[in-house]
Amino acid sequence: MNRQSRLRPAPHWQIALAALACVMPLTPARAASPAELATAYAAQSGASPRPASGQQFFTSNHGRAWSCASCHGEVPTQAGRHAATGKPIGALAPAFNPERFSDAEKAEKWFRRNCSDVIGRECTAAEKADVIAWLMTLKP
Amino acid sequence: MFIPLVRGAVFAASLALIAPLAHAEGGRTTDAPLLPKYQQECSACHIAYPPGMLPAESWKRLVNGLPQHFGTDASLDAQSVQQLSVWLAANAGTARRAGDAPPQDRITRSVWFVREHEEVPSSAWNLPAVKSPANCAACHTRANQGDFNEHRVRIPH
Repeated sequence: MNRQSRLRPAPHWQIALAALACVMPLTPARAASPAELATAYAAQSGASPRPASGQQFFTSNHGRAWSCASCHGEVPTQAGRHAATGKPIGALAPAFNPERFSDAEKAEKWFRRNCSDVIGRECTAAEKADVIAWLMTLKP
Repeated sequence: MFIPLVRGAVFAASLALIAPLAHAEGGRTTDAPLLPKYQQECSACHIAYPPGMLPAESWKRLVNGLPQHFGTDASLDAQSVQQLSVWLAANAGTARRAGDAPPQDRITRSVWFVREHEEVPSSAWNLPAVKSPANCAACHTRANQGDFNEHRVRIPH
């Protein structure tokens, strides 16, 4: 009787790699740093970031109900609180919270939402650059 | 030899009968383990409310109306919305447990919520540490773990 050819099981390393590929997120986070994001937004805006403008922007109510500071605090070096729900919010200044501005998509998502709430429109690239640049000046 | 087996079976059966009651006390809505995506995206501003707290039609409106989420923009990318829609629809509260869709799809205006919190003085909702009935964790010390048991409530003052 002829020996039948058989499917052999895949090597272990191939199985492991396939399993890993299955659990990788479909939209992986884009790793970044505060400096990289500030630089990228500044490049988009065509101007250098201005930390002083960032602070002013952050603490102003823009003629509406909330400022950024309403939830994050005037100087966001410690936990803030959601203005409506009371939920604690981690410090926003990167020197006090290393995960801040470490994911480009997450930063974009929160700019989209919170600028809509605070100023009623999207923030410009210049405004984003200014705010991040100011937050980066806050050191222990 | 047969009788101990019967006794054991009766004992086990009676445990099975009382177990759901023990779980139901203060824990009506904490059955489903939370989808990691739901925990991640829906607990930044409030606790990730157990999906059993609302009927499916409420969840559907909420997840499709995120840009106007109780006065704020909670928008998500389309893929996340789709993923959450499916999971919420599958894990929503049944008519018996969650009841009808509450006004404005607010958990805190559900018939069951109002009934459960009848004894809470209205002044408690305005305490600075509480702020709003939606802030479960202010008093339900283990709300983040899905534990709303009344024996672990501590109202701040």
